[in-house]
Amino acid sequence: MIKFLEIIGQYVLFMGSLFSRPERFNVFLKQSFHEMYTIGVGSFGIVGLISLFTGAVSTVHIGYQLIGGLVPEYLIGRIVRDSNILEFSPTVTCLVLAGKVGSAMASEIGTMKVTEQVDALEIMGVNSASYLVLPKIVAGMLTIPILVVYAMGLSLIGGAISGELSGIISMDFFIKGLRAEFIPFSVNFALIKAFAFAIIITSISSFHGYKTEGGALEVGQSSTRAVVYSCVGIIFFDYIISELLLA
Amino acid sequence: MIQIENLYKSFGEKAVLKGVSASFNKGKCNFVIGASGSGKSVLMKCMVGLIPVDSGSIAYDHTDFVSLNYEEKKEIRKKIGMLFQGTALFDSLNVEDNIAFPLRMFTSLSSAEVIDRVNFCLKRVNLEKVNALYPSSISGGMKKRVGIARAIALNPEYLFCDEPNSGLDPITSRLIDDLIQEITEEYNITTIINTHDMKSLFEMGDHIIFIYKGEKWWEGRKEDIRDSGNAELLQFMKASQF
Repeated sequence: MIKFLEIIGQYVLFMGSLFSRPERFNVFLKQSFHEMYTIGVGSFGIVGLISLFTGAVSTVHIGYQLIGGLVPEYLIGRIVRDSNILEFSPTVTCLVLAGKVGSAMASEIGTMKVTEQVDALEIMGVNSASYLVLPKIVAGMLTIPILVVYAMGLSLIGGAISGELSGIISMDFFIKGLRAEFIPFSVNFALIKAFAFAIIITSISSFHGYKTEGGALEVGQSSTRAVVYSCVGIIFFDYIISELLLA
Repeated sequence: MIQIENLYKSFGEKAVLKGVSASFNKGKCNFVIGASGSGKSVLMKCMVGLIPVDSGSIAYDHTDFVSLNYEEKKEIRKKIGMLFQGTALFDSLNVEDNIAFPLRMFTSLSSAEVIDRVNFCLKRVNLEKVNALYPSSISGGMKKRVGIARAIALNPEYLFCDEPNSGLDPITSRLIDDLIQEITEEYNITTIINTHDMKSLFEMGDHIIFIYKGEKWWEGRKEDIRDSGNAELLQFMKASQF
């Protein structure tokens, strides 16, 4: 417990050290765009693939449970829509990104730490934490919500295709379900979650990278810890945000 | 000039620096020597502020570095160039961008002026036409020279070199030593060199500090080492075959 509190304390201090004025705003912008490209464009493929299949599987599962009963068929589309927008797209996408982007961030910063590149920045008079981490957090906050919206769209497309191909629900009924009793707040809710998860993934991963000491083995351990802690953080805040905004 | 007084540093129960005091002169190559684990690297990291000291003072031209806040320390650090043992070049940047990095961060030079300065620094360390190469594709000796070029890009007043010729062949090692000595004299820099290499010390050392088990065991000129009567220092020299 004390160790856990110690880590939380270190994390809070680390986050506090990030918020200093960038030495050069144009350098900060350049770094942020570079990170946006890495996080966003670099994750388009994997997020798209996972979202298509998440939507497809959710249609099959919901169809399996509801088909042949007294429930109207279009409800399958509606449930697929809500479960994907509210939960699967933001949470599954961010869990995937914690593995892909988070581990890369932790290893990048961890390697810089053990090869004294971070020390070199400090000696030059650069706030290394701010220079290395702040662009990643900003880029994550801007890019991950976009990826989540993209995931939402693809999961619904995946759901519609799988419904049609498997004969569970026709495209027309699926679309009718997508339109039925749509609450726009669901999208806002997903975006709020995506925003929070973006901060969790980028800050926790950078934190674990930044406190790496030792060599290659420790870089690997930091990378693993970054993914594990980010995933735990996502699941925990998923519950907290849902409880606060939906309950 | 840098002056340190009564520097103490412990990691847990282990005392690494035990009241080290010394002065490092301007325009001279000041050597810090000692066995592995004697506290040389910790001393250097304390002096540049990478490791906070437990007590003592570090004065950069009469400004007490220890008592400064983070922002004030940053101003002193802009006057410091450092050559790391492993060079610490940024992997993601090519040679040109590595050297241009401090210029882009801390000066208002135009892009053309930055490139001119980069080329000047590269020429100064006898490297040319390597601007586009990445650190992973150049040799150890070239990396050291790029490290020196980056360290001098902002015309530092203080140059710290941590094991500048470790892992280098004798010819490249000599080249790096000569380069450090020339730069020190040419720009009147206070240079501090951490090394085990007694050959370098006898070639270019102006002022020597011998650290033994976290304490300053001896300080003086290289000419006085043999007559120092200091058993540990003489043993260190003998082990280095000098």
